[in-house]
Amino acid sequence: MKCSMDKIAFENRKEKIKRIMLGSAEKRGFIGSFVVYLLLIVISFIFLYPVLYMISRSLMSRNDLLDSSAMWIPSAITLLAVVPTLAQVFICSMAGYGFARYNFPLKRLWMVILILAFLLPSQTTALPNYLVFQNLRMIDGTIRPFLITAILGQGFKSTLCILIFYNFHRQVPQSLIEAAEIDGAGHIKAYFRIAIPLAGAAIVVVTLFSFVWYWNETYLVRNYLGYGTTRNTALTTLMLELSAFEDSYANAYTTWASSVTSSDRLNDAIRMAGTVLAIAPLMILYFALQKQFVESVDKAGITGE
Amino acid sequence: MSKQKRNPHDKRRLTKRTLREWGFGYLFIAPWIVGVSIFFLYAMVQSLRFSFSRVELSNGVILHPLENGIFENFVKVFTTDVNFPGILANFGVGLVLQLPVIIAFSLIIALLLNSKIRCRSLFRMIFFLPVIIATGPVMSQLTAQGVSSVPMVSQNALLSVLDGLPEFIYTPINNLFSSLIMILWNSGIQILIFLAGLQKVSRTLYEAAKIDGASGWESFWKITLPTVKPLILLNAVYTVVTLATGGSNEIIELIYTATYTATQGYSYAMAMSWIYTLVVAVILIAVFLLLREKSDKHVVYEQKRIDDKTKMAGRKKA
Repeated sequence: MKCSMDKIAFENRKEKIKRIMLGSAEKRGFIGSFVVYLLLIVISFIFLYPVLYMISRSLMSRNDLLDSSAMWIPSAITLLAVVPTLAQVFICSMAGYGFARYNFPLKRLWMVILILAFLLPSQTTALPNYLVFQNLRMIDGTIRPFLITAILGQGFKSTLCILIFYNFHRQVPQSLIEAAEIDGAGHIKAYFRIAIPLAGAAIVVVTLFSFVWYWNETYLVRNYLGYGTTRNTALTTLMLELSAFEDSYANAYTTWASSVTSSDRLNDAIRMAGTVLAIAPLMILYFALQKQFVESVDKAGITGE
Repeated sequence: MSKQKRNPHDKRRLTKRTLREWGFGYLFIAPWIVGVSIFFLYAMVQSLRFSFSRVELSNGVILHPLENGIFENFVKVFTTDVNFPGILANFGVGLVLQLPVIIAFSLIIALLLNSKIRCRSLFRMIFFLPVIIATGPVMSQLTAQGVSSVPMVSQNALLSVLDGLPEFIYTPINNLFSSLIMILWNSGIQILIFLAGLQKVSRTLYEAAKIDGASGWESFWKITLPTVKPLILLNAVYTVVTLATGGSNEIIELIYTATYTATQGYSYAMAMSWIYTLVVAVILIAVFLLLREKSDKHVVYEQKRIDDKTKMAGRKKA
């Protein structure tokens, strides 16, 4: 009896899979739509190839251009902004949830430390942190210092992210999570299945802002990439490149620009062009997602209601 | 489960549950605790030690005790450095001057945006834009180009009135006017925070006040301002923190260069940054004391509500 039912269920499932893959009379199946989308994507890629090439090349460093393995993704710049951002969002969300949901001894003390870390300028801690990484032999122009600080919740403005998440998770009714726990979800599962999906707005906010902060940061980047001592790195950010560009440009033209005013103006134009290029990706991001950016402050409940 | 049924008043079960809760609480914040211990607490202690000793760099960091008194580095900052005291004073006075400008400006903009207007989201987008692009290198580029102030203001005779003032007051005020746009650029988040607060005031309150004969001016002071008062504190703290840690800050640049200058070095830079931290902390405390809610003005239950609100706001953002 049971066996035959299983068999029927299996047949049903088989039928269903077949329908999904090949489609029925009124609806195109998965394979059909896959082919259509594939064709569309490939053709659009061919259409956009020159434009994409232009954009991608313009973001690459000199080493990227020479390195044939870095074909499309400009390794250094985007990597430095994207990967730590993702780590930071996840860790900060966890910490914010931990503070909001649980009571544990010394919680108050840790909260005070959290707030102090937000309030005090990071310049006091920047140098010892640099030395920690130097002792670990990690100031070698790789992404490791950024990744480690982000994973340990100490990335750029991580504290602010934790406070946003803390605030957000506190607004979620505790009963919701308790209900999930009664239904048999463990603490970890309740976090992944209930808390994270509910914190969607906060995650969007923190991701967007972390990306912007990582993109714009120069002080700590210079430290962690070892700019003070030797500069032997392929990893860089557009903001650093902008400063470097400005310096090298000023050096190259300083001899005659001081005497000729019109060439000075030309220099300005080129410097502004560099500035525009450096912030162009952020501008595009902003105009595409401006609603999320602007409404984020309200949604994340920073206003203290 | 069966254990629970047998002995519902067992205290050990309760402690076990609480312990579990503690454990998971710590599990969730564990990465942060490790990070904050190494990169904040330990780093703070280290930088304090650096600032009170002479650092020698030879195959690692060696700390020597100071010969000329324990505060040698701090004294050196004020006696030998030609730039630092002046820049620090400028920063302090500038911050104190900029703070009310930013707060007042963002409140006005938020009030304007909160009134019935078309294209509100467009304007909101424009006012928020600087948050995205206002970064150290870009700001310094724009300042170098002279687009940081409104031409009419800086060319106006307004500044000549101030000529008689002593230098230490004149310079910050001059800076305030000559980089007005850059200062206003720092108010994006603040505008949105005020706006969010204002939108929570119900319109009926204003209508009731109007019926009772209150003018717009009066209802601003009696309704709007009390509502946004906790947000003023929040915004003030936020403004101080962003201005103090922001990229276009001369002191930060000074500390950075001092770190890698042979004659000054680590301990000197750390002494500098501690002085800076103290100045910022003093400003923060002053802001907090000035803007916190006074307790004698309200009835008790009202006070409790506001207290909770401030506490929350403080906890959230401060």
